Amino acid sequence: MAQPRDFGFGEEQQMLKDASRKFMEDKQPLVTLRKQIAGSEDPYLGKERTGGFDQAAWKEMVQLGWSALAVPEKDGGAGMDLVTAVAVMEEIGRSAMPTPLTSTLHATFVLREAGTVEASAWLRKIAQGKSATLAIFGADGSLGSDSTDVAADEQGLTGTSYFIQDLQKADFLVVAAVNADGVGLYCIETEGEGVTREFDRIVDLTRDQGRVSFSAAEADCVAPANLGAQALHKAMPALLTLVAADIAGGCEWLLQTTAEYARIRTQFDRPIGFFQAVKHPIVNMMIATDETRSLVYNAACAYDTDPDDADRCARLAKSSASDTAEFCANRGTQLHGGIGFTWEADVQIYHKRQIHSQYLFGDGVWHRQKLAEQL
Amino acid sequence: MAESSKRGQESPEQAEFRAYCRAWLEENRPPPTRMPLPQAAYEVTADEHRSYLVDWQAKCYEAGLIATDVAKEYGGHGHTGFQQIASAEVRRAQVPYFINWIGLGMTAPTLLAHGTQAQKQTYLPPIFSGEDIWCQGFSEPGAGSDLVSLSTSAVKQGDNWLVNGSKVWTSLGALARWMLLLARTDKADKYNGITYFICPMDVAGVTVNPIHKMTGESGFNEVVLDNVIVPDHMRIDEVGAGWKVAMSTLTSERGAAQGVGAVASSESPMGTMEQLIALAKGTSRNGRSVWDDPVWRDRIMKLYERTEALMQSSRRAANRELNGGAMRIPLQGKLVGSEIGQAVHQCALAILGMASSLYVGDANSVADGKWTLGYMNTYTGTISGGSSEIQRNILGERVLGLPKTK
Ligand SMILES: Cc1cc2nc3c(=O)[nH]c(=O)nc-3n(C[C@H](O)[C@H](O)[C@H](O)COP(=O)(O)OP(=O)(O)OC[C@H]3O[C@@H](n4cnc5c(N)ncnc54)[C@H](O)[C@@H]3O)c2cc1C
Repeated sequence: MAQPRDFGFGEEQQMLKDASRKFMEDKQPLVTLRKQIAGSEDPYLGKERTGGFDQAAWKEMVQLGWSALAVPEKDGGAGMDLVTAVAVMEEIGRSAMPTPLTSTLHATFVLREAGTVEASAWLRKIAQGKSATLAIFGADGSLGSDSTDVAADEQGLTGTSYFIQDLQKADFLVVAAVNADGVGLYCIETEGEGVTREFDRIVDLTRDQGRVSFSAAEADCVAPANLGAQALHKAMPALLTLVAADIAGGCEWLLQTTAEYARIRTQFDRPIGFFQAVKHPIVNMMIATDETRSLVYNAACAYDTDPDDADRCARLAKSSASDTAEFCANRGTQLHGGIGFTWEADVQIYHKRQIHSQYLFGDGVWHRQKLAEQL
Repeated sequence: MAESSKRGQESPEQAEFRAYCRAWLEENRPPPTRMPLPQAAYEVTADEHRSYLVDWQAKCYEAGLIATDVAKEYGGHGHTGFQQIASAEVRRAQVPYFINWIGLGMTAPTLLAHGTQAQKQTYLPPIFSGEDIWCQGFSEPGAGSDLVSLSTSAVKQGDNWLVNGSKVWTSLGALARWMLLLARTDKADKYNGITYFICPMDVAGVTVNPIHKMTGESGFNEVVLDNVIVPDHMRIDEVGAGWKVAMSTLTSERGAAQGVGAVASSESPMGTMEQLIALAKGTSRNGRSVWDDPVWRDRIMKLYERTEALMQSSRRAANRELNGGAMRIPLQGKLVGSEIGQAVHQCALAILGMASSLYVGDANSVADGKWTLGYMNTYTGTISGGSSEIQRNILGERVLGLPKTK
């Protein structure tokens, strides 16, 4: 199937991208974050991380319709495609904003692919402003619908789901669980009965993460039998592309911030960007970020217009993004010298967010291997 | 010189000393602290850790593992050719590091080379015992890589100097009694206008403000010097000789000089490498151990190869016939070692995958988040004491004679 030359990124997407850029700049998420993490520096003695976020900003994002961006129109959403969601995700990544939007978009695409009446009911909740997240990872963090440690039967859900993103921010969970006929999907309120949340102490300050134990927890089946595995499989390209878009946005910030620092920081009577040992790696950050961004738009477009090629394109986007995340975070810190190594520097916040994203839904090695098996 | 030691073999005395060190360390290994020790001496702040580490250093000094080759009149043990053995055994035993790594690694070599008789006798013994902790006040907000542009000033007033300015990134500044201070005594002469001082930290005018690292730890500080009085007898070497003396301190910092026993971290590169292999063996991905996956195995084995090369290079450097020029290998040591360390930790995070997100204090993290914490702390190595970029400039210019950038 022929894909549009412009990736499906038109005027509407540009307007939304500009609007979300402006929104993030106004909200200054890092200023809010700084207040929330104050006093929690020491890894041994520091306060527990709260997973805090700007609730007021989230309410506004809901009102602007961004949280329901990808919810089908029939379910009360804007019915936008992945390329539109990517445009917003890049800005989330660029601003390193702690927000349930990412996880909610993930849940949306999975529920969309499930396509059942029950899934529609939960999509409508998202349209009404609820946030959601996926509970699909096994204990070893491995990916794939067959790695869940949760079982579903007449009693409900039993078992534990791991590495759940933005768990403290989410209103409901989309859980992958093994049933008699395969892997199904089940929705359940985060504070529902039989649901016990345990929050991880993670290094990324902009997200929260945790595990959930279910004991005979009554959940709503939104994809019975093995339809859950199928929905996850079909949605996976979207999930990978969204994380890769977040990374691309964060890397653009690292690139611009490091370039700016190299223009103003003077040593040896010259801005350090004069020295090729500084200049060249910054250019390499740009090259890597641009490769990733191109692959991200390609992946979004493939998902929207050419589903047969979506998996290949998404794996390329995420594997490139993972490597770019590591490289840009590394050079960003190094080229800032001592300043970049401090808690006060925003570079460190992006650095941690990037390495979190690097491994989220699988890193470069993983996706390149998976892709090679298919070629 | 005995025939055997000429061929690079250990003399019987050296072999005996090695056996002694090994046995002593085995017997005297201290119990673990209640709260885990930071990964390296760079990050120590807690009182509990300080007193524990000072006691440990004092014990090792008494046992002859520190200042082993230093003359007795300066508090040393008066041996020759023993320090390297003691230090190697300390590293091998994976016992706690020595908190006074700046005193041992920088002050002692500097004073031994440039100090007066009185300075050596006064300052060295409490450095060895750990009683007096030292910090290094070189870097300033405006003078990091370009150290020679430092602007903290020292003005002579009678028998004293009046010091004003601010230092930054001062490791151990909050615990130190003395600072190795570089100050400008002549604005007109960039290189010959710097003088080296010993600056007391517990006097009026010295303010120490902790700075937090990206790990959340502290350990380094901003030190503001406001009309601090430094007696002239605490000047090291001539007025204006500071840069020359500093270069010798930095050479010690970069591992290019024989120390007096500084060990700033309890992990050896090969020890960390072995832990990486164990991690790969113990982690399964896609239904098989990471170690059995050729992609991972090759990446790990390349790091293993480089780690062995790092060790063999330092061995080779000690052989004049093989070292290819006195500074060639020593100047590579910190650069290569810190970059391998960073790559090893990046590999560990990749093996952990999603679990690398779990930080120190998370009950489910692998090895209490040590790889994630350690990864971030590898930037200490690639940034401090002359960044990797600066090290490459120095190697290119001094060892290879490439044109100077400036
Ligand atoms: C954990 C830690 C502990 C430290 N402890 C101490 C201490 O105890 N005492 C002390 O005095 N200092 C200490 N330092 C300071 C350290 O030595 C400086 O951070 C270092 O020299 C770099 O200086 P800077 O931070 O000002 O970075 P800058 O000099 O501003 O460098 C920024 C970037 O530009 C690059 N760059 C600069 N000039 C060139 C050039 N000519 N060519 C190529 N690249 C260039 C650098 O490599 C770096 O990547 C510590 C630093 C850290 C991170």
